[in-house]
Amino acid sequence: THWKHGGIVGVFGYGGGVIGRYSDMPEKYPSIAHFHTMRVNQPASKFYNTDYLRSLCDLWEYRGSGLMNMHGSTGDIIFLGTFTEQLEPIFYELTHILQQDLGGSGSNLRTPSCCIGKARCEWSCIDTQDMCYELTHHYQDELHRPAFPYKFKFKFDGCPNGCVASIARSDMSFIGTWRDNIRIDQEAVKAYIGGEIPPNAGAHKGRDWGKFDIQKEVIDLCPTQCMWMEDGKLKIDDKECTRCMHCINVMPKALRPGLDTGVSLLFGAKAPILEGAQMSVLTIPFMKAEPPYDNIKEIVEKVWDWWMEEGKNRERLGELIQRYGIPKFLEVLEIPPMPQMVKEPRSNPYIFWKEEDVPGGWQRDINDYRSRHKR
Amino acid sequence: MALSTERLGLYNPEKPMENRITDLGPRHFWQYFPPIIRNNYGKWTHHEILEPGILVHFSETGDKVFTVRCGGCRFMTVEHVREICDIADKYCEGHMRFTTRNNIEFLVDSSDKLEALKKDLMSRKHVSGSYKFPIGGTGAGLTNIVHTQGYIHCHTPATDASSMVKAVMDDLFDYFQGMTLPAQVRVSMACCLNMCGAVHCSDIALLGYHRKPPIVDAEVLESVCEIPLVIAACPTGAISPAKTESGKKAVKIKEERCMFCGNCYTMCMALPLSDKEGDGVTILAGGKISNRISPPKFSKVVVPFLPNNFPRYPEVCETVKQIIEAYASDAKKYERVGDWAERIGWEKFFEKTNIPFTEHLIDDYRLQYDTYRTSTQFKYTEAAWEVSRAAGGIED
Repeated sequence: THWKHGGIVGVFGYGGGVIGRYSDMPEKYPSIAHFHTMRVNQPASKFYNTDYLRSLCDLWEYRGSGLMNMHGSTGDIIFLGTFTEQLEPIFYELTHILQQDLGGSGSNLRTPSCCIGKARCEWSCIDTQDMCYELTHHYQDELHRPAFPYKFKFKFDGCPNGCVASIARSDMSFIGTWRDNIRIDQEAVKAYIGGEIPPNAGAHKGRDWGKFDIQKEVIDLCPTQCMWMEDGKLKIDDKECTRCMHCINVMPKALRPGLDTGVSLLFGAKAPILEGAQMSVLTIPFMKAEPPYDNIKEIVEKVWDWWMEEGKNRERLGELIQRYGIPKFLEVLEIPPMPQMVKEPRSNPYIFWKEEDVPGGWQRDINDYRSRHKR
Repeated sequence: MALSTERLGLYNPEKPMENRITDLGPRHFWQYFPPIIRNNYGKWTHHEILEPGILVHFSETGDKVFTVRCGGCRFMTVEHVREICDIADKYCEGHMRFTTRNNIEFLVDSSDKLEALKKDLMSRKHVSGSYKFPIGGTGAGLTNIVHTQGYIHCHTPATDASSMVKAVMDDLFDYFQGMTLPAQVRVSMACCLNMCGAVHCSDIALLGYHRKPPIVDAEVLESVCEIPLVIAACPTGAISPAKTESGKKAVKIKEERCMFCGNCYTMCMALPLSDKEGDGVTILAGGKISNRISPPKFSKVVVPFLPNNFPRYPEVCETVKQIIEAYASDAKKYERVGDWAERIGWEKFFEKTNIPFTEHLIDDYRLQYDTYRTSTQFKYTEAAWEVSRAAGGIED
C-alpha cells in the first residue's frame, strides 16, 4: 500500500468521524497527498430519496474526490478522499444544509445500524429502524466524543436470521425474537405440501430439488425435533422450539413468528485482535423493546459504566468479559445466572467461591487445625 | 439554503465555534420510505422470490411491493450514484435503498413498472462492457462480497480489496444471477486480519495476510510510538523493549514468536511489515451468522496462503470455485458450507474440494486444544494413508 501510517484529523467539537490518510508519494501524486475519509451517518436501513442523495453528491463532488463507499461495513456513507482544509466546510454544509451528522470512529460508540426490519420484512420482531434511530440520537455524545477504552458497536437484527450480522459484528447485539407460539396457517401448509407454493419463497428455484417434502425439509431438519404432522395438520411443540427460523424461512406464507415479541441481548462480538474472534454471548433472553427503550438504555449504561471503569486500553467489551468472567458481568447487570448463558456447563472444577458463601469464612487458625490433625 | 461554492463555504475559520451545529445524528428513516413502505410498515405477511434478484412482499392491506436487487460495487463515484438516482426517479418515484451487503434495491408497486425497470437495468453497461446494475443476489445463490478498503485507502492491508472482489465476482457471476446452490453462499473479504466486516463469519472468506515480521525503524521509533502500547499490542508476547547502539529506545521482536498479525504496526508507524513476496491471501470457510438450524459459526482457515497475483488473482478465484463447486454438488438442500463440512467431516471437505491440508491449518493459539480430534471417529482419506505410511504402519 502507498498510504502513510495513520493520520489524525477531524472537525472541532468532535473526536471522531474522519479518518485521516496521506499518500506516501505526495510529490508524484499531489492530488491525493491528503485523502481523508469522512463517515456520514446513514439513515436507518439505508432507504434514500434522490433529492438527498443528489445533494450529497453535489457537496462531495465540489469539496471532495467524488468517490464514495455505499456503504462502510459499519453502515456509514463513506466520503472517500478530501483535503484537510475542506473538512470543516463539508461538515458545515452537511449540518446546516443537509441536516446531517457525521458517524463515529475511534474509541467511542460507532454508528449503529440495523436490518430492514418492519419496513419490508414479515419476520421483524422489533422495530429495528426506530431502535437504531432512537439509540443513535440518545447517545450522540458517546458517538462523537471518544470516552471509551475502545470502540463499541450496536447492531439491531429484527429476527434470528441476522441480516445485519449483529451477533458477529457488534459489542451489543440486539436480536428480535418472540415468546409465544409460532402462528400456523394450516391451509397454507396444505398448499405447500400440494406444491402450490414454492418452499423457502422460491429461493432454490434455479435447481430441481424434487417435490417439496415437508417431512424431509422441515420436520426432520428442525434442530429440536419439536414438529410433527397429525391428521394432515402441522403441529409445533413451541415450548421446545429454539426459534431458529428454519420452518418459518421454508414456509413463510404458512408460518409466522409469534405476536409477543421482544429482543434478546447478546454481548461481546469482535474480530480476532487481540484475544481471538468472538461472537456475542447470550446474556438477556428476552426484553420488551418499546419506545423510548428505557429498560434497554439502563442496560447499556450499566455495561458502559463497568467497561469504562475496568476496561484496559484497547480492550473490547468481549475481552473484558473474558478477563473477568461472565459471573462478574452478571453482577454488573444485576441479573441472575441461567443455563441459557452456556452451551454447556464447565468441565473443569476450578470453581471460585465468594468467602461469604462458605460457612465459617476463610480466616482459619493452623493451631486449631493441628489440634485435630498431628503434623 | 443551497450548497455554497466559496472555497471555505459558509465556514469561518476565524471563528470556528460560531454557528456550529453538532449532535444532529442521522436523518430520520421515515422521510426516505416510498409511500408503499410507509403504508405497510409492520404489516407484511409473506414474500416470494419471483426470479433471481426479484422479490415480492405481500401486505395484510393487500398491497404488494416488488424489489429488484442489483449488484453494487460499494466503491462508487458520484456519477454512478446520480445514475442510480435517475433510475429511481424514472421508475420508483425517487426512492431506493442499499442492502447490508451493499447491493442496490429498487422498489416498485406494480409488475408493469417492474418489467420496464428490469429491462432498463440490464441494458446499462460501463464502456468497458461490465454490467452497471446486474440483477441477482437473492435466494440460494451468491450475493455481493462484503469487503474493505485495500490499497484504495488503508495503511495496514496485505492485499487489495476491490480488485480481488471484482476478479472473484467475475468468476462466480453465474451464481449471482442464479439460485442453484444448496443454500446462500456468503463470500467476504478483508485486506488484513483486523477483519473489518464479515470474514470471521462467512461461508467463504478471503483474508489478506503477511508472512514476514515487521521491520523496526529504530531511528524514529521512540519519537513516534508509545512503546508500552506497542508491547501490549502483540497477541503472542513477541515484542520487548530494547535500546539501539546509539542509545535510542526501541523494541525488539522475537521473530519465531511473531505470526505477522500487524497489530503492532497499527499502534506504531515505525514497525512496517508489508512485503511484495511475503504478503498474500488466506482462505477461510464454513462460517455463518444466522441461527437457522445450526448456531452461528466462525469460518475456519482452509488455505494458509495464496499469492497476491495482481490484478486478477487466478489462484484465489480457482480455489473459491473449487470450494463452491464441491459444495454445490455434494451438500444437501438448506445446508450452508459450514453445515456441510461438519456433517461430512473436515477431512472429507479437504478431499472433496481437493485442497491440500498443511500444518498451518492446525490451531496453535491459546485455545487450540478444543479444535483437536479427541476421538477415534474419523474417515479414511488419502491424507490418512500418507500418515500411516510415513509412520511405518502400512506398506506402500
